[in-house]
Amino acid sequence: MSVNLTLLIVMGVLYACGIYLILERSLTRVLLGLMLLANATNLLILATGGYAGLAPLFDQDIPSEDYNDPLPQALILTSIVISFAVTAFMLGIIYRTWTLGRQDEIQDDVEDRRVARTPSFDAEDDADVPMETSEFPLTAVASPGTAAESDGETVTAGAKELSADTAALEESPGSRNVSRNINLEGGER
Amino acid sequence: MIPVLAVTLVAATVAPLIFARIGRNAFFILAAVPAAAFVWLLFQQGAVYSGQAGFTEEVLPWIPELGIELAFRMDALAWVMSLLILGVGTLVLAYCARYFKDRDQSLGVFGAQMLAFAGAMFGLVTADDLLVMFIFWELTTVLSYLLIGYARTRLSARRSALQALMVTTAGGLAMLIGLIILGTTAGTYRLSAILAQAAGGAGTSAGGEIPALATGPAQDAVATAVVLILVGAITKSALVPFHFWLPGAMAAPTPVSAYLHAAAMVKAGIYIVARFAPGFTDAPFWLPLVLGLGLATMLVGGYRALRQTDIKLILAFGTVSQLGFLTMVVGLGKPDAALAGLALLVAHALFKAALFLVVGIIDHQTGTRDIRKLSGVFQSSRALGIVAAVAAGSMAGVPPLAGFVAKESVVAAFVQYGTGKDSGAWCVVLLVGLVLGSILTFAYSARFMWGAFAVKEGVERTPFKAIRPAFLAAPAILSLLTLVYGLWPASVDGWIQPYAALFAAAGTAPDAGPGHLSLWHGLTPALGLAAIIFVAGTVMFYGRNVVARLQQRVPDWIDGDRAYQHTIGAIDDVAVWLTGRTQRGSLYFYLAVILSVAFAVPLTALIIANKPLPGGLYLVDGNSPLQLIAAAGIVVGALAALKANKRFLAVLMVSVTGYGIALMFALQGAPDLALTQMLVETIVLVAFVLAMRSLPPELRDRTGGKYRLVRVIIGIAFGVTMIFVAIYAMGARVATPVSLEFPRLAYEGGGGLNVVNVTLVDIRAWDTFGEIAVLAVAATGVASLIFIRGRGERLRASSKVAEGSVGRRIGVVRNSHDGAQLALARKFADVGRNPWLVAGRTLAPERRSIIFEVVTRLIFHSLIVFSLYLLLAGHNLPGGGFAGGLTAGLALTMRYLAGGRFELSEATPLSAGTLLGTGLATAAASGFVPLLLGGQVFQSAIIQVWLPVFGDIKFVTSTIFDIGVYIVVVGLALDVLRSLGAEIDEHFEETATMAPPDAGPDEAAEAELETEARVTAEAQAASAGQAAGAGRSPAAGQAAGAGPAAGAGEVAGAGRSPV
Repeated sequence: MSVNLTLLIVMGVLYACGIYLILERSLTRVLLGLMLLANATNLLILATGGYAGLAPLFDQDIPSEDYNDPLPQALILTSIVISFAVTAFMLGIIYRTWTLGRQDEIQDDVEDRRVARTPSFDAEDDADVPMETSEFPLTAVASPGTAAESDGETVTAGAKELSADTAALEESPGSRNVSRNINLEGGER
Repeated sequence: MIPVLAVTLVAATVAPLIFARIGRNAFFILAAVPAAAFVWLLFQQGAVYSGQAGFTEEVLPWIPELGIELAFRMDALAWVMSLLILGVGTLVLAYCARYFKDRDQSLGVFGAQMLAFAGAMFGLVTADDLLVMFIFWELTTVLSYLLIGYARTRLSARRSALQALMVTTAGGLAMLIGLIILGTTAGTYRLSAILAQAAGGAGTSAGGEIPALATGPAQDAVATAVVLILVGAITKSALVPFHFWLPGAMAAPTPVSAYLHAAAMVKAGIYIVARFAPGFTDAPFWLPLVLGLGLATMLVGGYRALRQTDIKLILAFGTVSQLGFLTMVVGLGKPDAALAGLALLVAHALFKAALFLVVGIIDHQTGTRDIRKLSGVFQSSRALGIVAAVAAGSMAGVPPLAGFVAKESVVAAFVQYGTGKDSGAWCVVLLVGLVLGSILTFAYSARFMWGAFAVKEGVERTPFKAIRPAFLAAPAILSLLTLVYGLWPASVDGWIQPYAALFAAAGTAPDAGPGHLSLWHGLTPALGLAAIIFVAGTVMFYGRNVVARLQQRVPDWIDGDRAYQHTIGAIDDVAVWLTGRTQRGSLYFYLAVILSVAFAVPLTALIIANKPLPGGLYLVDGNSPLQLIAAAGIVVGALAALKANKRFLAVLMVSVTGYGIALMFALQGAPDLALTQMLVETIVLVAFVLAMRSLPPELRDRTGGKYRLVRVIIGIAFGVTMIFVAIYAMGARVATPVSLEFPRLAYEGGGGLNVVNVTLVDIRAWDTFGEIAVLAVAATGVASLIFIRGRGERLRASSKVAEGSVGRRIGVVRNSHDGAQLALARKFADVGRNPWLVAGRTLAPERRSIIFEVVTRLIFHSLIVFSLYLLLAGHNLPGGGFAGGLTAGLALTMRYLAGGRFELSEATPLSAGTLLGTGLATAAASGFVPLLLGGQVFQSAIIQVWLPVFGDIKFVTSTIFDIGVYIVVVGLALDVLRSLGAEIDEHFEETATMAPPDAGPDEAAEAELETEARVTAEAQAASAGQAAGAGRSPAAGQAAGAGPAAGAGEVAGAGRSPV
């Protein structure tokens, strides 16, 4: 397999310049870097085709070794047009960034910084949960003829004040968004 | 079994509909499903127990490639388990109908989950395929998560549900690995086959038969598998050290606790132990794990149960304790113990489910489960008290109840085991621990009854609503069964005997066949131990205050819950730390890391391999020495692009490299590439200029300082690495390139001389089709970035646009350099001259170039014809759809640059979207039409016809594909021009008309009133004209109205026409 150093050295230079550019903050430079990288890659693929040869236009009398390898060429052709589309898309992004923020620089992601500063405490995981000893805490309040009188007692349900009777009717094993304003222990309120 | 499963799962899916229709009574309908299955199960008894085989079996193929079958087998163990699952399931579902209210949230989903859970449990105990069993196992885990988290608005429910899920899933994963190891080692995933193998030639009568699997050649793998499977069982059945999730799961509604956490799900772990015990008790670690953890769990659970003040938690810790007890007995692997273990399992399911249901009733009727608040419940409802007393008595082991019978046989088994000839000192430890655990059980049973029902001094009598019979029915039936079981244990004994016989058949203890369950065995050591348990338990109960004080002094050694919290907290900490270190939010950082890895790894590999450079290296290709010049040009261009501090200069320098590469292509023997590259470079350059014109011309370098050095190093290292990687990679190529065949294939198969083109449209047509799809996506992306909504309507006809109204320069100060230039341009501009272009006259005079217009006029059509030529000739000569499409795009670019956006609109009767769609459809059609004609996808055909004038015509159908490519590329170019060109033009003009100019509006307004007025008037006339034209956007109309903001309302009112 033959290796053309000229192609590879040019490729190396293009890669180096392209990498240098995409490490920039300016979006335009990043795009230029990407274009250089695309060019470098095309050269790399071209180099795999070996020696310069004849254009791959078929002729019965020419042995296939004499052509330049057509397969890398087909791959490069695809790559060229795709790079065009990608470049156009990036241009759209740069324009949009400019119209929205008047800058074409890559900003650091503030959300990531915030995440890094987040303490590991999470209320869902780590907050203290009060012991619950009933699924029906309001039953006693609402049962007729029981010690705890229900007349006039209210509970806070969300933003509303409900009479204890109504609240107890709505009380269920599932819904416990009800906090009581009364003392269950009895009598001494 | 498969129909039962299917019916259950289908009923579960339709359950929410029934609930929506009839409310909570739908639970009765749901209960009918397991009830029917229960009846079916009773009829199966004959087949299972009287048949020769001792089981019934159903097998459906599922994934034959992996050897996975929907295999189900009903044997004695599965039958007993199913009896509990379906029976208790029926009762609990019926109980739910009175426990919940019609208005409770998502009742339908809850009912569906309960029923599905019953189905999953049934599937778990009957599955005979390891992986199918695992699927049901995980199903129960997920359903348990959903059911515990039923009250999803409560933090405690959510957290407990998640905790249970995490613990049981972790165990489940371990079990999966174990099952796979086991299945692979045994060569089958059929549970029954594996157990037969494990028993090692079951049926031979000789004692001391060696089990094949546990002690065979693969014994290490089997031992590992068994430990992993046991981990699954331990987590599921809440054994120490994973016992904490079960008390946490008491956040579930009480029927769920009764079913999942007493009768069914937690028994799944016991079931696994019972299922594998006949073959694997000899595996190392089995007995230490099962007996050690079982005993520890029994003692810890009982100890903790004595400390609880919530009656539900007393039961929960009691369940933990009993699960440990069960594991120990079932896992011992002796016939007597197996018999006793299953007997205890049945008894436990009956009494524990009943007790949970009783707790649910108490909670429902009084509103509390706290023993410090409950008082006098027995007096309020004697029936409930009796039901509870029977169940609790069974739990404590009081004769003549089921618990006594079961516990007697357990103790007897352990006494026999402990005094047998193969016993050791630790058997005594087991027996003592067992008795201790039973004492604790007795004590907490008494504490439960006392706490729930007794009248307590100083506590007000708890109000208690009357219980409806339907509510009490379920626990009452369970308690009745407990009593019946205790009085007539023979039937249960009959159910279990075949299972216990498995151990005898394995010949592990030939002298000891399984005994029988019975209420009265005579004066045995077991009875004596029972008496000790009663006495000591009663003492502990009466001395409960002393016990409580003692317990308070003892620190909590084992607090699994806290350990779990710490573990999760540590994982959180690590996650936050790791995220903070790696996820910096800086693209530069990410790229630097990625690229450094990208060069460091190959470079290290190259250095370590230390291979000599391959041969065949040459600096200059003898066939094309000119490459050196092109190379120099490219390198200079690339380096200049780095240094350039003006935007357009940098772009130009990148273009230099692009053109240089086009030259490289040409020299290398790739005319197609050279052509395409030239065209693309040109269009890209135009697109760049169009998109960048609103950005400031300077390209400032903000990433300076130390980072620059890092960038240089990474860049150079990467480039050098790529060079060497390429050299070695190419040097390593030995095979003949596949493309040597391409020229012949292209000519004979593809009917074309241009090998590259035929490769694109025929040999690798799929590839190209994918590519044009990407082009369409990218084009749409560009359009959406600029237009935001849609692709913009087509512009109106240029004849309706006011002359010279497009692209006016507004707000230029007259005395400035720009102003002078503008004045000069206007002086020479002749708006009224003959138009060379259709819409040329719409352009502002200072924007027009007569030469450009004439040239465009002359070559536009030639270019289009040329592009068509490239397209059609491309099959045989350089060209093709890509080059043709790009040429047409270039022609459109010329029209746009020369005549403005209306000219572009006039030049393209079709929208870009239509073009892209048509192109893709054409290409796709050329792919699937051959399929309809009986060929292959993208197959091409060569059609030769004779036409007058043209003579012989050779048409290859792959040209149609190329036409599709052509249209897509034209669409892409058009989208770029319409978005980056025309639409940005409009943005410019809108902002210029709506707002005063950026540079010094005040002075400008004062000093240059005349110019301003004139220009604004013109702009307004244009806006008004646009507004008059049909269907302009409201923004433009508003702009016309807001025109006076520029400071010249009166003049605008004069409606002066453009020059």
